[in-house]
Amino acid sequence: MKKTLDKFSIGESGVVVAVDGERKIKRRLYDMGITSGAEIYLRKKAPLGDPIEVTVRSYELSLRNSEAACITLEVKTNA
Amino acid sequence: MLRFALAGNPNSGKTTLFNSLTGSTAHVGNWPGVTVDKKEGVYKKCAEPIAIVDLPGIYSLSPYTQEEVIARNYILDEKPDCVINIIDATNLERNLYLTTQILEIDVPVILALNMMDAVEKRGDKIDASELEKRLGIPVVKISALKSTGLDKLMERAYETCKKPRVGKTVIEDSALKHLIGDVKIALEGQGVLNPTFHAVKLAELDELEVLMHKDTVNMVEAFKKTHKDEIFGDDFEALVADARYKYITKYFSPALKRKNEEKFTVTPSDKADKILTHKIWGIPIFLVVLFAIFHLTFSENLFFLGGLLPEGWVSFEGTAFEGVFGVEGINSPGVMLMGVMEVITTALSEVVSGWLSTSPEWVSGLICDGVLGGIFAILGFLPQILVLFLFFSILEDSGYMARIAFILDRALRKFGLSGRAFLPMIMGFGCSVPAMINTRTLADEKEKLATVRVIPFFSCGAKLPILTAVAGAIVMHFGVGNVDVITYGMYIVGIITALVAVILMRETTLKGDTPPFIMELPAYHAPQFKNLIMLLWDKAKHFIQKAFTIILASTIVIWVISHFDFGWNYLTDDKMQESILGGLGRLIQPLFTPLGFGSQLKAVGWVFAVAAISGLIAKENVVSTLGTLAACLISGAIIDVEADGGVGAVAIMIRETGITLPALLAFIAFNMTTIPCFAAVAAAKGEMPNKSAFKWTILFWIVTSYIVSSAVYLIGTAWWTAFIYVAVAVLVGAMIKLYNKKRSNKEKN
Repeated sequence: MKKTLDKFSIGESGVVVAVDGERKIKRRLYDMGITSGAEIYLRKKAPLGDPIEVTVRSYELSLRNSEAACITLEVKTNA
Repeated sequence: MLRFALAGNPNSGKTTLFNSLTGSTAHVGNWPGVTVDKKEGVYKKCAEPIAIVDLPGIYSLSPYTQEEVIARNYILDEKPDCVINIIDATNLERNLYLTTQILEIDVPVILALNMMDAVEKRGDKIDASELEKRLGIPVVKISALKSTGLDKLMERAYETCKKPRVGKTVIEDSALKHLIGDVKIALEGQGVLNPTFHAVKLAELDELEVLMHKDTVNMVEAFKKTHKDEIFGDDFEALVADARYKYITKYFSPALKRKNEEKFTVTPSDKADKILTHKIWGIPIFLVVLFAIFHLTFSENLFFLGGLLPEGWVSFEGTAFEGVFGVEGINSPGVMLMGVMEVITTALSEVVSGWLSTSPEWVSGLICDGVLGGIFAILGFLPQILVLFLFFSILEDSGYMARIAFILDRALRKFGLSGRAFLPMIMGFGCSVPAMINTRTLADEKEKLATVRVIPFFSCGAKLPILTAVAGAIVMHFGVGNVDVITYGMYIVGIITALVAVILMRETTLKGDTPPFIMELPAYHAPQFKNLIMLLWDKAKHFIQKAFTIILASTIVIWVISHFDFGWNYLTDDKMQESILGGLGRLIQPLFTPLGFGSQLKAVGWVFAVAAISGLIAKENVVSTLGTLAACLISGAIIDVEADGGVGAVAIMIRETGITLPALLAFIAFNMTTIPCFAAVAAAKGEMPNKSAFKWTILFWIVTSYIVSSAVYLIGTAWWTAFIYVAVAVLVGAMIKLYNKKRSNKEKN
């Protein structure tokens, strides 16, 4: 199943399929290691629900929901 | 001298490595034209001395942040003899991404695998020789923290810099390989240096490259038309980034042998994070931390232990250090250091005035009150500024600052700011100077400018005496209100002014999208004493330099014009009203008429104007000037500003001038929102991108204070004028909205 990162709930993880959005934001996401095939795990959300904190390429990254909406992932089923 | 550049991701230990390599030779400047720190130092343990330049911490050489452009241009244009690429070995993949870009430049590169101690502690292993083979450059394991491997690193770097290196790209498996190859040949034909780097960036249609190589861009555009990747379409930027990471995971990642294959392990840092960014407790914990910092810097009753002490207790009673440790309460470290500073400066003043006891009165006055008094007034802030700065540096260094931004981002976005802007603003309640310097953590130039401009509205510690003295006098004279309520209310006026001003600026002159918040949350770690001390030393040096230049000059000018009349006759303190300053005060007095403390006041009404102007040196002067002038008015009356915090002096002024209550509130509002003290103005100037921005900032402060305090005065005098203000505000808001809408429609077409 595919969905964007902002639709994830805490504890879910997935593999990046596509990154869209404005060029500047897209580039920043690439530079931070969010490219196709990268695994992303949603660690937590800030007290006000936004931004979110994810683990990608074994480090912690924070991004806003609006930015997370640019990232489409294949959801990993926690078997 | 050989020049080595230090490049790497933020949080890769670059600063620690730089400090260890250069020690006391390090000095901080700014990169030309921008306020990003440029640190340089000398390494002396090699065969010849080597200048080390610390490039800003970056994730990539893309042209989207100022830091990236600086680092990129430095390596390309200044051609260092060697680039030392420091990487955090605990986070190999993302750190090597930058490495793959640096490798494309024709410059000798050496890789420093930092934090090897942490890797080994985890039980993981990194095969350095494997990495060395794959990358084609020397790889040295180091720990910047424990200073291990540094000599070996520099030794090998020294060898490396003697052998020229040709740029190499890892984008080999990609369909872009041909394009990059062709563009490279074309660029070589044009004699362009670093052809590999430029070819790759051109293939990405990098904004800077497209401007530089207009003719060659056509090649890329033509290729783009014929070639579309099945996944990425024609987004070559994505293709390149993807190719880099693919290469890294395929060839470099195997060099890392993990002991624990579990991907998402729980580290002590994660546990701390769980509490500090907790859904419910995160914000309260932050507020407590913030309170603790201010308490430790400014409190005169540490941990509220004063009640346990005997009544009338004074530390070191009867000695030179009387009261330094506290009076009826224990002083916080900040106040204690300030006390020590005061003891020293008082002693120095006494020595100097002793020397000058036989010289003419104006000479000793100029030197003791003008020069020394001015410098010491400014140096008096230094301990608290440094203590405040120390705490905020600890927050930054430990990794908690990033979490604060994370917690607060949502709330600040409404004002067009990111979470990072919150701290400098809050620091403003302590002192504007460190607050303005702290805006350097803001990546977006416009956001930074807007933040610097509103910092003075967060009323600083030195403005508090104005509030308490005037509020106290209001209660005393008019018998209305309550000091706490008035003080609190004026703080709120300041905060609202700041927020409204930010929204207005972000909607008009400093328009721009809220900067993105794609930010690394570094693992928590204990801050490093050595780094903190070096940082503080830099700040202290900067501050003292300013105290002795711009601030000194201005205090002398103010002293001279307040102690001489237009015929250049020396006047004693109590004749200030006859001075040039007094004359100027009467001259500019009408300017304050709309604010309630101008021409409508009786004979001596100019004192409020003069007091407000003297506040430009240091806001403490406002109350002390009122005190001095009150003493002149009531000849013989002894007005001890120290004893009652200036309340009595202000009360006399109210009686003598007939100033109204709304005008007094307007006076407070004016002092809170107008041009800050010289020290803060100098700090603001240092953070401005150019001279015109600085001029506009000064104008902005004047206009804002005028609008705010005239509103306070008019609404206070005739409440119905509030409707006029509201109507005007709505009208202005609607006009801006309409204009922006039209403009964005135009841009769309």
